[in-house]
This record gives sequence, structure tokens and C-alpha cells, in this order.
Amino acid sequence: MTIHHHLEEHSLLAYAAGSLPEAFNLIVAAHVSLCDQCRATVLAGETLGGAVMDDIDAVPMRSDSLAHVLDSLSAPPSATRPAARAPIPAGPTVLPRPVQDYVGGDLDAVKWRHVGMGVKQAVLPTSKQATARLLSIPAGGKMPEHSHVGTEMTLVLQGAFHDAEGYFARGDIDVADQNVTHTPVADAGADCICLIVTEAPLRFQKWLPRMVQRLVRI
Amino acid sequence: MHMTAVRDDKCRIAFAELFTHFAPRIKGFLMKSGADATLAEECAQDVMATVWHKSAQFDAARASVATWVFTIARNRRIDMMRRQRRVEPDDLPWGPEAEPDQTDVIVLQQETDALTRALKTLPLEQRNLIEQAYFSELTQSQIARITGLPLGTIKSRIRLALDRLRHAMN
Repeated sequence: MTIHHHLEEHSLLAYAAGSLPEAFNLIVAAHVSLCDQCRATVLAGETLGGAVMDDIDAVPMRSDSLAHVLDSLSAPPSATRPAARAPIPAGPTVLPRPVQDYVGGDLDAVKWRHVGMGVKQAVLPTSKQATARLLSIPAGGKMPEHSHVGTEMTLVLQGAFHDAEGYFARGDIDVADQNVTHTPVADAGADCICLIVTEAPLRFQKWLPRMVQRLVRI
Repeated sequence: MHMTAVRDDKCRIAFAELFTHFAPRIKGFLMKSGADATLAEECAQDVMATVWHKSAQFDAARASVATWVFTIARNRRIDMMRRQRRVEPDDLPWGPEAEPDQTDVIVLQQETDALTRALKTLPLEQRNLIEQAYFSELTQSQIARITGLPLGTIKSRIRLALDRLRHAMN
């Protein structure tokens, strides 16, 4: 698998800094799971974070803090509700691990909802500043025409699509800022499954009446 | 090597030295990110406890101790201050080696030190932008709105700062 379309450096830096909304964290983590080049950029961003923190004006800890921590070390670590990881499915998987964690398994665990014209979607539970959804477009089909506010990122997980920006296959990420109205068309031969993250709810334009948009939580 | 002493020997003296160096910096980092002193103190203690409990996960061939501690502090900040989940990529197929190649470790430490020095030589404006990216709750769009700078300018300034950092390191 050769990835041609990567995330921009500033997005990877923001991810390394921990300043992205959760849904964007998810799509960056998913892409990085598939892309060594971007993983390296994230590691560089974390190294920079280490340098920034190391150089900072230190603020003294309370005088008893070291003793307090040393005392606590024999006890088991505090319950910081680690995110429950999905059980590792046997065999090759379609969804990268971070996406599996939100779905509760691989593709067969996704709770799809049909939104018309053979298109299915599943909204993933993330914090409210941004929305993450899985979208499945039938082979040869069009993604519903839509506009969006803010940044939209689309990561291909299965199949491929092409739009004005080019051709996107597994691992490729398509970044669109607002004012871009694009209509990706899925390749023939396989359903195209993508993870799509937007800063704000999508506005589907043509074929989906507003009332139905509310029902499918767009 | 402090982390090895902590991981293999449960050495409290080594841990205390790590604590003395990092805890005040973690506290400072969290306060610059908007935490009050009490929350920052609590989080910093928690981060150092995690350094102890997760010492087996530290990979000296992949990151310096400062980098690793930063990622723990960052994740704690996301969890406690932003109340959302940090999402990590799929683990690499190989975990940390028990005995990483010492050349790798040394080179990585040297490069990390070079980066830290280069950071200090950046013009103040670029340095501030980088720090804002790491301390701030703001997304880049929000930074753009507040400073009045178009987003494109911020992206290219950060890229310029990164390029200068890389250049200063080489």
C-alpha cells in the first residue's frame, strides 16, 4: 500500500501537541497507524514538545510532594479510566486499531444506518467540537453532495474514490477547507469505506431533505 | 541511565532525581496551559507516578526521557482539563527492546539536545508561536482569529520555524 496523500505538517504538530478536538485526534491516529512518514512527523512533534517543556520556567512543587509520591508508589496506579480497547480480532483487519476502539471491533461490528442511495453511515462517539463518522459508498456511487463549515478530513479505509483533488485509496487522506463543495465518486469494484471528520455538522445539499438530515444526525 | 534503574531495579533514588528535574517543569507546563497551581501540582504528581508504573514501556531508541514524559503530561492534560480521550495510533509491531542499540540511544539523545538548543535560538515571534501550539487549548484556526493572522501565514511560519530548527540541528 503506497500512500500518496498525507496530512499537513501543522495538523500532525497539533496532534502531537494534544490540541485537536477528539474526532480529529481519531482520524490523525488512524492515518498515522497506516503511514510511517506521518508517524515520524508526529514523533518529531513530540520531541519538540519535550524540548518546549524542558525549557519552560519551572514552578516549584510543594515541599512534601516527592515524599507523597514515593509513598504512593507501592499502591496500584490510580484508576484513570483507561479507554477500553476492543478485543484484537483474529486475522487482517480493515479498520485501524484506534477506529476499532470506537466501533468495538472491526468492520463487521459497525452499526450502520442507511441514509439513502445505497450509502450507509455510522457516527462515532467523540467530543462535540467535531464529528467523526464512517461512511460507506457503494462501488461506482457518489458521495452525497455536501458543503461543510471549517475543515473536513476524509481517510480512505477500503476501496477508493476520485474527486477534483485526485485519486484516493486506502491510507490516503483528503483535506478540504470550507468553501469546497466536492462530490467524490467511488471506484467500481468495491464499496468505498471512509472515516470522515468535520469541525461542524455536514450540510447535505441536494437529495436529503432537512428533516431527514436531523434524523440521521448530520 | 535513570529509566533503566527505575524499570529494572525499582530504584527510588533514580526516580527521585527524575522527579526533581521533571515535576516542576510539568507543573509549569500545565499552568501555562491554563491549570491553576493546585490542579497542576496534582497532575504533575500523577504524571511522575505514571513514569514509575509504566517504566517498562519507555523505549530509549524511540524517544528521549523528556519526550516520553512530555507525552504522558500531554495525555494527562487532555484527560483532566479537556475531558476527552487521547487517541493513540496502532502500536508498532515491536515493543521496546530490553537492551536497545546504544548507538541509537545516544544519537537520539544528541539530536534531541540539538533541538532544544535550536529552540532557544529562534526569533521570539516564532518561538512564541511554537509555544502557543503546545500550551494552548486553541486550534490553529482560533489562533489565527485571535492574532489576526491569516491561517496560511501561521502554517508557513510554523513550517519555517520547523525548517530552521531542522537546519540548526544539521
